[in-house]
Amino acid sequence: MLIGRVIGDVVATQKVPSHEGRKILVVQPINLDGTDRGDPVLALDAVSAGIGERVLLTTEGFSAMTAVGRPNSPIDSAVIGVIDSIDLPGL
Amino acid sequence: MILARIVGTVVSTRKDARLEGKKLLIAKPVSPEGADESGYMIAVDTVGSGTGETVLIVTGSSARNASECKDRPVDAAIIGIVDEIKLDALHEAELAAARKK
Amino acid sequence: MLLGRIIGNVVCTMKDPALTGQKLLIVQPLDRKGRDKGRPVVALDAVGAGAGETIYWCRGKEASFPFLPVQLPAEATIVGIVDSVNIPGA
Repeated sequence: MLIGRVIGDVVATQKVPSHEGRKILVVQPINLDGTDRGDPVLALDAVSAGIGERVLLTTEGFSAMTAVGRPNSPIDSAVIGVIDSIDLPGL
Repeated sequence: MILARIVGTVVSTRKDARLEGKKLLIAKPVSPEGADESGYMIAVDTVGSGTGETVLIVTGSSARNASECKDRPVDAAIIGIVDEIKLDALHEAELAAARKK
Repeated sequence: MLLGRIIGNVVCTMKDPALTGQKLLIVQPLDRKGRDKGRPVVALDAVGAGAGETIYWCRGKEASFPFLPVQLPAEATIVGIVDSVNIPGA
């Protein structure tokens, strides 16, 4: 899992049926120092995350699909947690 | 599996129910020589590891074969705390030669 | 998943039999501002997308799932046509 920041969302009417009823979030993965880690990805929302929130992002299929309750579905990433706090004593 | 060093923790209340009770640790990959490598990952702890320790992490779908991780949204699991890493003598010699250059 | 724009298509006569009848589209990945980013990929289409449209696409093994029970050798599939992207401040 990675830490991400929700920076936006996407509306799509015509999409695979298994994505219906799930919010598509634009998530910017971030490094431990808070800087951007590569480019944003689209992730389906499993925890009602909102724009601006720091989240747990999974980019592994099974975790993503089952978190949004859509097994065997074309979902490669999902937001599976909203982060309350990060503690980094080891850095 | 990769070697990593635990550098911190993440707290999340609102998360997938299957992650409840799981300790989420922030790990930075390290080389066998102990140097930090780039990137990081959030991994589920299955062995009681803590900040500063060097650990073994299994990633991808195999992570769900770790203890108590079956059918959970886990893509990285800490499955061992490293006591010691012994490098082959030949490798050590190569490293020393590389350092001289 | 990633945002992309359809910039072309590919026609193959000789291909894996499971791909028969599947549309192969060329997708240019986009960044958050809708600019081209990275190299184009060839993707299957699960939603009836067409030239010039902004879409989002899925990578990896999951890309083959829209076509189940047929198991296609797919690693990139268009899974939605984008109506709008809302990124405050982008």
